[in-house]
Amino acid sequence: MAEQFVSKASEFKDGDRQIIRLGEQEIGIFKHEGKFYAYSNFCLHQGGPACEGLTIAGVKEHLREDKTSAGLYFDEASMHFVCPWHGYEYDMFTGEQVADRKLKLKKYEIVQKGDEVYVVA
Amino acid sequence: MDLIADRGRRVTVEELNTTQLLAHAAKQARDRKFEDVLIVDCDAHHYENEHFGDILPFMENEVLKQLALSSRAKGGRGNVAPTGFGYQDMGGRVTRYPLRSSEKTDASGAKRDVQLGMRWMDAMSVDYSCLFPTGMLNIGMHPQKEMEFELCWAYARWVTEKVIPESGNRFYTMLCLPFGDPEGSLRMVEHFGDRPGVGGFMVTTVRDRMAVHDNAHMKTYAAIQERGKVLAFHSGPQWGSTTFQSCNRFISAHALGFSWYNILHCTNWVVNGMGERFPKLPVLWIEAGLSWIPFLMQRLDHEYMLRPSECPVLKKKPSDYMRDMYYSSQPMEIQDMGALETTFRMINAETQLLYASDYPHWDFDLPSTLWDLPFVSDKARHNMLGGSAHRLFKLPPRNEAQKANLQKYGNLVTA
Repeated sequence: MAEQFVSKASEFKDGDRQIIRLGEQEIGIFKHEGKFYAYSNFCLHQGGPACEGLTIAGVKEHLREDKTSAGLYFDEASMHFVCPWHGYEYDMFTGEQVADRKLKLKKYEIVQKGDEVYVVA
Repeated sequence: MDLIADRGRRVTVEELNTTQLLAHAAKQARDRKFEDVLIVDCDAHHYENEHFGDILPFMENEVLKQLALSSRAKGGRGNVAPTGFGYQDMGGRVTRYPLRSSEKTDASGAKRDVQLGMRWMDAMSVDYSCLFPTGMLNIGMHPQKEMEFELCWAYARWVTEKVIPESGNRFYTMLCLPFGDPEGSLRMVEHFGDRPGVGGFMVTTVRDRMAVHDNAHMKTYAAIQERGKVLAFHSGPQWGSTTFQSCNRFISAHALGFSWYNILHCTNWVVNGMGERFPKLPVLWIEAGLSWIPFLMQRLDHEYMLRPSECPVLKKKPSDYMRDMYYSSQPMEIQDMGALETTFRMINAETQLLYASDYPHWDFDLPSTLWDLPFVSDKARHNMLGGSAHRLFKLPPRNEAQKANLQKYGNLVTA
């Protein structure tokens, strides 16, 4: 396992992402609300570029106590990233596929040294 | 350009680049040495509505042509062809939809759709692709049978005269029939049936009233069979129909719609003994996945055993006729591997299943979806990806390794 330089932390804006290629590995690094997350860029479905699509809040449905639906809403506490090939949707915080959380993208450790961000791969 | 996600992040991208988007598909192809395997995609699409300016002038009837061209004028209201409801792009999550117009092509080169097609075909290592329209999959909902014919005719001329030749014949097609106009359908087969790049004819199955067994269609089937071409039924959703109006989500209307229309028309085809009437006509059912087939086989066999008097033309069980027909693979439901293996056994997938990508639509499948299945033989892999389609459509191998593999697995035919 080696530390691979990603970026200066000060130049990595919130909401940005970078794709790092290390031999056969591709790693997507996101910065979301000040924290870094790094996952394999190979979608568990058909191998698409899992980290290169939209990032969007998760969708939930509001059910009232009487079990009637009050409609869909974006869950502001969540954040997903979406494989652009077919829409496989992953939890930003865990790398889990949100429709089946047993499926998880490989997660990589991020190390910050001063203003420098490294991924451990 | 920003992708729209008002309640999430925006993704800024310069432009869509299909080659870059499908870089992982190209890696899969290299890893599996797909260059040595003839890969024939029996169902891919383009957006012909973006080219109506080129297509509509091929309409024959001057009055209808004037109506169609005029309706497209700026400020016009209404559509030339029927459209459907839906959110294929999943709210922008499938990025090639909102970004499609940003992709650059060479204005002095081949037609835009040819250039785009070569990009994704090369990335997937697809050698030949059967090009279908997208919007015209709803042509069966047009209220005017005359306009249905005119639009099918104009598209057929444009795609065979302008698009396929520019693709170096890597595109082929099964031309959309104006099925609401049986005489027009027959005329289409007679006129276009022997043109280069025409592998067969396609019936769009999204129709409110369509009896595939109606006597009015027999001459068309006979003409297709006589020419050694394929008859394909391409399914689709119709969210606006009374059947599906209770569905409040796209997923429901889509999952059920594609299955339903193939189930409906395949039932009528089988029960009315069309397999006995046209035993040499290859029939291909497209884009409903595979899980509907074992259901229908069991359901029809069960009822046939009780009510054979309603199906006097049949000489064997409905499932036996269904096993004589072909099925496109996409969207393959790889959820329960045991169920999928059973499905492959029930449909004789080794000889009857044809690879389809459905690219660029949202639920496309790569060749690896078939290639990587753990329970299929090498022969089945080669047959499903291209060997069986090679025999049906007479598409030549593109290199010596492909030819050797076709020979090895007993598929090589000479034109």
